[in-house]
Amino acid sequence: MINKHQILLIPSLLLFSLASLLISLTSGSVDISAMQMIGELFTANESLSNQILWDIRIPRSASAFITGALLAMSGVIMQVLLRNPLADPYILGISGGAAVGALSAILLGLGGLWLTNAAFAGALFSILLVFGIANKFGKWSVTRLLLTGVVVSAGWGAVINILLTTTSTNNVQSMLFWLMGDLSQSQVGNAHFLLLTAALLGGLFVSRSLNVLVRGELVASALGINVPSLRLLLYFSASILTATAVTVAGSVGFVGLVIPHALRLLGARDHRLLIPGSLLLGGSFLLLADTIARTVIAPQQLPVGVVTAVIGVPAFILILRRSMKD
Amino acid sequence: MALLELKSLSLQIAGKQLCNRLDLSIERNECWGLLGKNGVGKTTLLHTILGLQPAQEGEILIDGQNTSLLNRQELARTMGILFQQGIDELPATVMETVMLGRYPHLQTLIRDNPADREIAEEALDAFELGALSNREITTLSGGERQRLALATLLTQAPDLFLLDEPSNHLDVAFQIKLLKILTDKISSASASFLMASHDINLTARFCDKILLLIDGNNYLAGDSEEILNEENLSRAYDCPIKSISQDGIQLFYPQ
Repeated sequence: MINKHQILLIPSLLLFSLASLLISLTSGSVDISAMQMIGELFTANESLSNQILWDIRIPRSASAFITGALLAMSGVIMQVLLRNPLADPYILGISGGAAVGALSAILLGLGGLWLTNAAFAGALFSILLVFGIANKFGKWSVTRLLLTGVVVSAGWGAVINILLTTTSTNNVQSMLFWLMGDLSQSQVGNAHFLLLTAALLGGLFVSRSLNVLVRGELVASALGINVPSLRLLLYFSASILTATAVTVAGSVGFVGLVIPHALRLLGARDHRLLIPGSLLLGGSFLLLADTIARTVIAPQQLPVGVVTAVIGVPAFILILRRSMKD
Repeated sequence: MALLELKSLSLQIAGKQLCNRLDLSIERNECWGLLGKNGVGKTTLLHTILGLQPAQEGEILIDGQNTSLLNRQELARTMGILFQQGIDELPATVMETVMLGRYPHLQTLIRDNPADREIAEEALDAFELGALSNREITTLSGGERQRLALATLLTQAPDLFLLDEPSNHLDVAFQIKLLKILTDKISSASASFLMASHDINLTARFCDKILLLIDGNNYLAGDSEEILNEENLSRAYDCPIKSISQDGIQLFYPQ
């Protein structure tokens, strides 16, 4: 059920996303005004500001927006799948697997494409490992999946600590940046845009089913949902979204947990709103956080994961307080 | 053709035999009461009919079709259930909840179909919840929540209503009202219901057919007048039960 007041949420979030993009593109060590930026966008020239815009800021903003959007949508799905408000994209150990892959690549002195491939491979391995263990006897319950995920996640944590404590000091900083989530090395391409679009369309397609599934397994079955197949679909799609986000930006915390909750508290409990809403709010939130991360102590950069936590915690408490007053 | 047919259905739960070779045929326009003592398998039987639990043996046919050949959505269009434990305390409004009943029938992807909303509003009005349609379900009383669950089932509009203790949490006036709404619905839509209940007298008053589960191996099924007597009920409940007649209504009470 969507009422008129709730429908306004999507256009508002769209405006908010555009504003975030404007702020992100005009902020940085070289001042580019909004008017100048719009001019540069529609003309091709070799000026410094044109190069900064096209070669640095636009790719980075795209990375930030897409990562945030993927994480927030994955968070929405995980929270329905596990029927647990504390679920986030990383709860089933995907980021742990990716981290072990990425850290191993750093340890071996590999960078660039090797690092992202290693991270993605680690994430995929973890997805299959958790599913394989949880699915051992042909049936898997949500509790079993959650427990397996948490245990596997803890296992990855141990491996990460071994890697961190046994490597040289040089490597430790890049490892820590990766672990906290960092967009300075990130690159996204057409594949990422396609995945995001597919996730949005697919999410909208199952949004009514998600509304029913949150009411519980029995209710959903009685109302005509094939619960096992829907869960399978949700597990693998949320996992792929998370794996992709983690591969782009490392384990940026907080977005996937807090954005869905913030939207629910703002009144978007229906997944027909929650899916597109989380894409827009998750994307713009990470975009703004990254803008702060790269400007606040410029020329030095903070890992964006630090900023998401610093902004996210008080923002969330504020929303929580407001919703309690109503 | 029978609306629901159970053929030699056997149920077991945790190694305990609940039904053994149960045969039952429910026609359209029939109101069935399901009676039996605690733990005899009333809820398990309802869940098994809907395919929420596997049967140990036997067949379940709905409109002549074996239910194991139908998908969940097809099942949800012909059968609906009122769960005993009611609905979850999830943050949602009354209207959001009652609209869930339209899920098996939905044709549109995103927008709500106005026809579906009308059906939902009618169901809310039938259970006197129309004024509460924007309320959060967490703020409802136990009785209001039970009425909401019933309104959701009415919105689902199945051919066979499976009801697990529908009179739970309802005051006497609403118990009578509920059964009147249901019997009206049955006759207007050529539907049927199978109602598990602990209230022998309410069942006797509104059900023309009775399935009385006695123990894992024995049951009685048939017309109310034949099944509901002191002897059968005393045997089923392991407790002496007497009856009196007053104003043309037969009342049973434990001794």
